Amino acid sequence: MFKTFKKYQYLLYELVKKDIKLKYRNSYLGVIWTLLEPLLTMLVLVAVFSRLLGKTTTDYAVYVLSGRLIYSFFSNGTKAGLKSVRSHAAMIKKVYVPKYMYTLSCVSSGYIMFLISLIVLVAVALVRGVYPNVYTLLAVIPLATVYVMTLGLGLILATLDVFFRDFEYLWGIALMLIMYMSGIFYEVADVASEKTIWLFKLNPLYAVIENFRNAVFGVAPNMEATWFSLGFSGVVLLIGLFVFYRKQDDFILHL
Amino acid sequence: MAADIISVENLSVRFRMPEQKVDNFKEYLIRILKRKLKYKEFNAINNISFSIKKGDRLGVVGANGAGKSTLLKVIAGVLKASEGTVKRNGKVVPLLELGAGFEMQYTGAENIYLYGAMLGYSKAFIDEKYKEIVDFADLGDFINVPVKNYSSGMRTRLGFAIVTVVEPDILILDEVFAVGDAKFREKSEKKIRDMFEKGATVIFVSHNEDQVKRLCNRGILLDHGKLIADGDLDEVYGKYHEITNKIK
Repeated sequence: MFKTFKKYQYLLYELVKKDIKLKYRNSYLGVIWTLLEPLLTMLVLVAVFSRLLGKTTTDYAVYVLSGRLIYSFFSNGTKAGLKSVRSHAAMIKKVYVPKYMYTLSCVSSGYIMFLISLIVLVAVALVRGVYPNVYTLLAVIPLATVYVMTLGLGLILATLDVFFRDFEYLWGIALMLIMYMSGIFYEVADVASEKTIWLFKLNPLYAVIENFRNAVFGVAPNMEATWFSLGFSGVVLLIGLFVFYRKQDDFILHL
Repeated sequence: MAADIISVENLSVRFRMPEQKVDNFKEYLIRILKRKLKYKEFNAINNISFSIKKGDRLGVVGANGAGKSTLLKVIAGVLKASEGTVKRNGKVVPLLELGAGFEMQYTGAENIYLYGAMLGYSKAFIDEKYKEIVDFADLGDFINVPVKNYSSGMRTRLGFAIVTVVEPDILILDEVFAVGDAKFREKSEKKIRDMFEKGATVIFVSHNEDQVKRLCNRGILLDHGKLIADGDLDEVYGKYHEITNKIK
């Protein structure tokens, strides 16, 4: 398997390049949108919610932006992963290529654009006076876990979507639920009671966002959330690989 | 004695088609609960064995739906065998419905790299062969235009140029010449002949009898997934006409 990966390394590069190139083709600002889009969204969210829900103990703009960046990568990445096999149906029918390449490339191109958009976060944080310290280095953990988690879910969803087109819609609704359970523009403590807080704690994406925020604000990590997100993303990737490999030979019959 | 470059042993490909198309989850669950998920088994290829020696030019003959394209897809590795094995000794390059795998938003030049990568070429290799591909495809300024604006003939030309640049050990050609004008047909036939001379093995599917007889030196006849004849082309075509006449 490792040998074939090496052989198709260049293909992975080309597929990722294709996604990024085509995304901004025919737009004047091109890749600058990667920075502009989260910045403008943040401004809207701050304008709308800062009075209403923005009773955060930390800087609200940085709080919103850090949560939203992670969520939008997760949301776009899983959606792209879900469609990755079906959108490459014409190619899958013609040439043999390891099929996980399509999912891997879709998630990876989203990840690269996500990493670029982190520049906005750095800039906003510095402007708002949130400076990095030693704990900021721990941002590597949430950044890695969100990638692994998205890839794992992408593989599962891609497989399901080949057989049942419903998952495209179901997942859209699931994503909305996940968004409201991730405390992106409010603090979870403000909306959840003692009885409902476990719902948030069970959301692995919320764990990732919490870890990421702790790193951004330079606060000591929450070990429980860290271990939960690491464990969850590992398990999800394994399940994803297993499901995908079990079913990939049947894909062509349903595309 | 030349070694077998491809050997197909007891190959069967079965499609399991649901009697009604079920592609939503609710329907699927309901049918599982009611135990009403019926499948119709359908043998696209039924227990066939043959081998191809290096330098053979094999014509695959048969009526529509005989399993020709399925066989090629299995040899190309796109489709998995249900039973039996296909052994390949060398680089297989498939030319199945040319140009259908292009990214429509991409220009011709960009597609050369993308398509090349899918066929497992390296970047250095494509860089080196880029000019040769462009020259052969003969697209002129259209090489920098998105492929969605190409005519089907132009797409075929580009696809053919990319695929044949490798000098593969085994070349699979499925109805390649159905599109493309006379000039291109002549040019690509010449290219294929060059490959013969270099010792490439070719598997060729076409409904054009003259062309098959001109390009191939051996034939197999498929009918409803079964191997009916294997050998000399005149003999194979003799059987083929016998079968089709019987139906009439």
